[in-house]
Amino acid sequence: MSAIELYAVRKAFNEGRPNEFLAVDGVDLEIEPGRITVLTGPSGSGKTTLLTLIGCLARPTEGRVHLGGESVSGLPERFLTELRRRTFGFVFQQFNLIRGLSVLENVMLPAYPLGPHYSTLHGRAMELLTHLRLGHRAEARVEWLSGGEAQRAAIARALINDPSVVIADEPTANLDSHLSAAFLDIVAELRSQGRTVLLTSHDPLITGAGVVDRVVAMRDGRVV
Amino acid sequence: MHWFAKQRYLIDYTVAAMLRRRAKNVGLLAVYTTIVFLLASVMLYSNALKQEASVLLKEAPELVVQRMVAGRHDLIPADYLEPLRGIRGVRRLEGRLWGYFYDSTVNANYTFMVPPERDIDPGSIVIGDAIARARGSETGDVLAFRGAGETLYPFRVAEVLPHESAIVAADLVLLSEADFRGFFGIPPGKFTDITLTVANPKEVRTVAEKVVSALPDTRPILREEMQRTYASLFDWREGMVLVLLAGALLAFAILAWEKASGLSADERREIGILKAVGWGTGDVLKMKLWEGGLLSMLAFLLGFTLAYWHVFGTSAALLAPALKGWAVLYPNFELTPAVDGLQLTSLFVITVFPYTASTLVPVWRAAVTHPDVVMR
Ligand SMILES: Nc1ncnc2c1ncn2[C@@H]1O[C@H](COP(=O)(O)OP(=O)(O)O)[C@@H](O)[C@H]1O
Ligand SMILES: [Mg+2]
Repeated sequence: MSAIELYAVRKAFNEGRPNEFLAVDGVDLEIEPGRITVLTGPSGSGKTTLLTLIGCLARPTEGRVHLGGESVSGLPERFLTELRRRTFGFVFQQFNLIRGLSVLENVMLPAYPLGPHYSTLHGRAMELLTHLRLGHRAEARVEWLSGGEAQRAAIARALINDPSVVIADEPTANLDSHLSAAFLDIVAELRSQGRTVLLTSHDPLITGAGVVDRVVAMRDGRVV
Repeated sequence: MHWFAKQRYLIDYTVAAMLRRRAKNVGLLAVYTTIVFLLASVMLYSNALKQEASVLLKEAPELVVQRMVAGRHDLIPADYLEPLRGIRGVRRLEGRLWGYFYDSTVNANYTFMVPPERDIDPGSIVIGDAIARARGSETGDVLAFRGAGETLYPFRVAEVLPHESAIVAADLVLLSEADFRGFFGIPPGKFTDITLTVANPKEVRTVAEKVVSALPDTRPILREEMQRTYASLFDWREGMVLVLLAGALLAFAILAWEKASGLSADERREIGILKAVGWGTGDVLKMKLWEGGLLSMLAFLLGFTLAYWHVFGTSAALLAPALKGWAVLYPNFELTPAVDGLQLTSLFVITVFPYTASTLVPVWRAAVTHPDVVMR
């Protein structure tokens, strides 16, 4: 998989209004493929905002984001959707599983727009869940999951379309150290499968972990 | 095929989502079903009435000749039959005796008539079932009406017309010629009007013209004109009810708009999640359209089935007082079930279309939700 490159990326909120705010203020960054990169920095330093720009969830106000040498910043919405679906897998800070649905349904959800064979999709989802030690919880509703289980369900969902980049925002914020270590094991495995992993965290357990290839520090919307 | 598989997934998803928000959707379904029910009831009912009337008129003579005196309908002398007999194309000629009667005891109008094809014994009558019900009488009873000269005329009820006989028969009183003349004070040699049976329908207008030139003080009434009068009578009533319903429909559209645009924070977040994990705007839009489509379909089926049962099962118990009744009586007759495809289609269009149209914009707004909202 190809590199992710950011050139003078800025993101302003409430543009042109008195409360305009620059959450990302001129970031140049290259994220190597097949590596684990962690964005760190105090709360409000722009880590999450930068993830949304890289993951094509939002567009930069200025500057360009390149994927495999091509700028994606100017692409029409449906190309960005396609990238979100095929290239990126997201693990959100609040996990964002859809309540009322089972773990299995949540995991299969990102594949619905592709219209795969049900048995293929079901098989792949069960394989992921079993691998993440959640097979026995497949039919459970997500509101009944523990924090660690919810995170593993979210990871399974992120992997269902076999993305080359996995993005996780503050993945250990809601976990104890034991579960955080387990998460790092999963991340290490993702790298061994050749995926690029991009995390944000101000948890020393993550930033100091041996598996992490690179830590990028941020402050006030800039890389420091 | 991926396309079908994809629609299946979208439908599954939206059905689950609707079940999760049961309260909201059940409320919407109830209102929607009620609207379809009301509109379908009006349509089915007025159509069935129209058909009933046209069956009646099919048996009516092609031409009725009335005598006009100073612009008013007057009795027609029997010797008017003679010049009419000579007109070419006239197959049969008959002087009729009939008249309206107001029964003050039950506040209703009856039609008294001497039937052309049947002899009724003097002193007895055959009555429609609405009259039998209104007066609480049955075969063998004696019914008295106040006739000419304020005299009370007692009649023995020989028969009550069967329930299935059409709408106009419900308020009918059949009696003998002698009784009729006595009751209304009509001298021999006079009729209410004269009916003409014309063999060739294309000749009806020519015959009518010849009637007027032979008897300048008469007015011929064509059956097709009567048909039109009946139809416009029904249409007018139908129109009135439809106007009322249009108001209800509008209220419903507004409700639908509110329901659909008032996306809860929960739903908005859900759409944000879907978009973040790779659903496109189009996928969300399709999913939401399926939601509206399924709701519409369900409401339409339910509403229409209920209306069918209401009109043909209960004889339109709720609508009959509004739609029927140029007579004061409300005859309790059963309608022949009839559904016409064009009606069904237009009903579908006027219910599903406003709903879909009023939800489209809010659905679109929801579908373009930015996926980054789920990151905070
Ligand atoms: N939608 C938004 N509108 C206005 N300000 C925002 C919005 N999203 C983020 N911000 C602001 O941008 C700054 C950076 O936020 P964020 O990227 O979430 O930081 P971090 O993840 O490092 O804590 C914060 O001050 C936050 O308040
Ligand atoms: Mg953050």
